Amino acid sequence: MSTLQLEIVTPDKTVVSTETDMVVCPGVMGEFGVLPHHVSLLSALKIGLLRYSDNGKDQYIFISGGFADVNENVLTVLAESAERAEDIDVARAEAAKRRAEERLSQRAEDLDVKRAEAALQRAVTRLQLARR
Amino acid sequence: MPSLKDVKMKIVGVGKTKQITKAMNMVASAKLRGAQARIERFRPYAGKYRQVLAELARKVEDGAHPLLAEHQEKKRCAIVLVTSDRGLCGGFNANIVNAALKLAAEKRSEGMDVQFACVGRKGRDAIRSAGQEITLSYGDRMGSVDFALASSVALEMIHGYETLALDEVWMVYGEFVSMGHQPPRSLRLLPLSAPEAGQDEDAAQGAHCEYLYEPNEEQLLAELLPSYVKVQVYRGMLDTAASEHAARMAAMDNATRNCNEMINTLTLLYNKTRQASITSELIDIVGGAEALNG
Repeated sequence: MSTLQLEIVTPDKTVVSTETDMVVCPGVMGEFGVLPHHVSLLSALKIGLLRYSDNGKDQYIFISGGFADVNENVLTVLAESAERAEDIDVARAEAAKRRAEERLSQRAEDLDVKRAEAALQRAVTRLQLARR
Repeated sequence: MPSLKDVKMKIVGVGKTKQITKAMNMVASAKLRGAQARIERFRPYAGKYRQVLAELARKVEDGAHPLLAEHQEKKRCAIVLVTSDRGLCGGFNANIVNAALKLAAEKRSEGMDVQFACVGRKGRDAIRSAGQEITLSYGDRMGSVDFALASSVALEMIHGYETLALDEVWMVYGEFVSMGHQPPRSLRLLPLSAPEAGQDEDAAQGAHCEYLYEPNEEQLLAELLPSYVKVQVYRGMLDTAASEHAARMAAMDNATRNCNEMINTLTLLYNKTRQASITSELIDIVGGAEALNG
């Protein structure tokens, strides 16, 4: 069976480097799947979960947005942070969620709504993965 | 001539200094290994980023994005100065600060106002005592450089550039070339110059195949460019951190050698002094005996 190479890199380390037969990415225009020998593609990713199959078993990775680059059967995901379910700090994510919710509900004048919403989204997605 | 006891104490003192410099050298070498490992881990990300951006930059026209476009009027310039938090690393920080001040003078001669954003305590202190304007400063953070810090510095600069509060942004940092060489380096952050395509072979290869872009080239560029500034700032920080430790290792190595030299000279002096005192005591005794005999 043909496979493709999946690389998930963050500024701090390479999180995943593996052979797989399918990857589903959270693209900004909706989820999209990448199979082996996909055409060259560059897509922006939103905050969400990336899924790939590891010997028939689905693996999920949290992605804080970024980019996916497909070229010559290699899918490279560039993300500022990427975490496996077991690496997620649940307490921290919960604290971040509360903080973001508080900020959004208080609506202070200098509130950067976009940033707060992104923070909330990140926290919620992290928790969703951790509790899966 | 100093007394025997003075020389002895001096030798002990220098010996203790030597222990400290030696220990600092070893600590610096351990930290350097950590810093180098971080650079290594960052390399795949930075490399891929360059490649993707170079590929994309070929497809769009110059000035397609505000961060790529030069401002018509150049009035205000910001310099991001990345130095270490601690001293005792030879001329490392001084070199970076001098390079930054030179750049500032150059920009002023072009008729621009210059302001500084300092990462690292040493640079901040030096700039402050030079009486320059500091708009942003992050001290005591170099020990744990992380992407979040680089990101907030970069966003601040991008915000300034986009609101036309800044017309040029430069970064001065210590480039890590090798263990023995960490020259200060100035890099223009904004307006961004897109990475040159064809510099690495991968990018040149990519030229043959058609890429699909999602959502489209312009929007992707708008997402990628700010992050590219972050990548460059982070790079500067990682390089400075590694350079600092390398410079400290060299400085401490030198200091340890100097201590050895001093101990040698002092020991010589000690022996001479001891010999002199023995000789003078002997003269006394012999003189006394002579007097009794006489």
